[in-house]
Amino acid sequence: MATNAGSRRFRSDPGLVARMSVTMFLIGALYVAVVALLIAQHVSVGFVVVVAGGLLFAQYYFSDRMALYGMGGRIVTPEEAPELHGIVDRLCALADMPKPRVAIADIDMPNAFATGRNPKHAVICATTGIMRRLDTEELEGVLSHELSHVAHRDVAVMTFASFLGMCAGMITRFAYYSGLFGGFGRSDDDDDGGAPALIIIMLVSMLVYIVSFLLTRTLSRYRELSADRAGAYLTGRPSALASALQKVTGDMASIPTRDLRSAEAFNAFFFTPALANGFSISSLFSTHPSLDRRLEQLAKISVELGQPVA
Amino acid sequence: MGLLDTILGRSKPVKPNLDALFGLPSAAIGLEASIGLKPTGSGSVCVKPTEGGGFAGLRDQIDELLKTDNDKYDETKDSFGFSWITRTGSPDDISDLVTDLHAVNASLADAGFGSALLCTLVVFHDRTNPPIGLVYLYKRGTWYPFAPIGPDRRDNQRELALKAAIGNDLPMESDLSRWFPVWGAPGL
Repeated sequence: MATNAGSRRFRSDPGLVARMSVTMFLIGALYVAVVALLIAQHVSVGFVVVVAGGLLFAQYYFSDRMALYGMGGRIVTPEEAPELHGIVDRLCALADMPKPRVAIADIDMPNAFATGRNPKHAVICATTGIMRRLDTEELEGVLSHELSHVAHRDVAVMTFASFLGMCAGMITRFAYYSGLFGGFGRSDDDDDGGAPALIIIMLVSMLVYIVSFLLTRTLSRYRELSADRAGAYLTGRPSALASALQKVTGDMASIPTRDLRSAEAFNAFFFTPALANGFSISSLFSTHPSLDRRLEQLAKISVELGQPVA
Repeated sequence: MGLLDTILGRSKPVKPNLDALFGLPSAAIGLEASIGLKPTGSGSVCVKPTEGGGFAGLRDQIDELLKTDNDKYDETKDSFGFSWITRTGSPDDISDLVTDLHAVNASLADAGFGSALLCTLVVFHDRTNPPIGLVYLYKRGTWYPFAPIGPDRRDNQRELALKAAIGNDLPMESDLSRWFPVWGAPGL
């Protein structure tokens, strides 16, 4: 009885999971294709992978410190920020997860982010702007979304997914240099095939980069929807999260562009993306789903949760 | 959460463990014998109210259930939006208290709101000190003490002494970072 009622109320979304799996599969398939191409062209695969992997590992390993430093976030004690700590305490107890460090960034842009290589090294950060604008329940909704990112290990997943994009970018450069320095010293019988093959590699790797970029962005949008869903279930209040989204998005649009541009690099970690005004961007390139899409999902969850008790 | 759930980004709401509550009465006897703490007869269930008609309807049912019991119940909402359903009864009958609290828990869990349960708090006191709470975390199935002194300070020394006194009778939370404070909880 308990399990039946429980599973009816808290549904997972098979469609969302399926779309995300397909995206991940395509990213993986591209990765395999690139490696195969490299091996076919006698490029030192090891070198490319080690360099790209090393850079990404550093980004992954130091993600908490980098994001905090970049946003000017400061770790706060429970005495300094009792309300924020109180909300995080309760959410972690509800979700049975270790409590991340709590930070505040002293900027007026309303936003929040969570980062860190695993739940034990996670940091959750809210700006003073978002704490000023939202009430407790809305802030709780935002923090539950961020905690879901931590629980889903989104930093690790997204870092891994962008590995391919970086690889492809490096191959482009690598192929260019090996053409410049290696190509001229080749023996005579290679002269006819060398240059066109090089151009083909470069074109292919650029194409690979574009496709992988689009796929990573798609994956990022699915992860956002997943975090919205998990966060809404955690608090049991999808409408509070929806209201926070509307407030924050409305505020984001009315803020001077200069602040936003300097923050755009951190979009991947954010609750809502900071996009500069006048920069028309297609939804295809966006790290976050559209507001309508997110509100629609939350409204659906709200209906499901509100079903009468049998 | 398993690897597959991580990769697919779906965390499931955690199911509560309700049964460990019944270890309390025997632990309370040991507590009185060892450090002189007695139950005040106050205990409460803390739950995060889910929005919508389902939860509201269930709450009406619980209210009906509780009203029949001579108005020993009280419901308060704290500043974080959590509801505390408090029962105040005779200090001598702690197993009665535990049974009543379990009834509230079970009706919530049966209706599918088990993941909304935060904690249960049972309050103890002695002659000289302010009251101290024993908090039960449903999701972990463990207990920890909470001894507030003043608006935002807690008496860690007393909490650790209590843990040492009943560590064998109840499953105590070993990760101290999970002993989160419940400021302003009813009865404390």
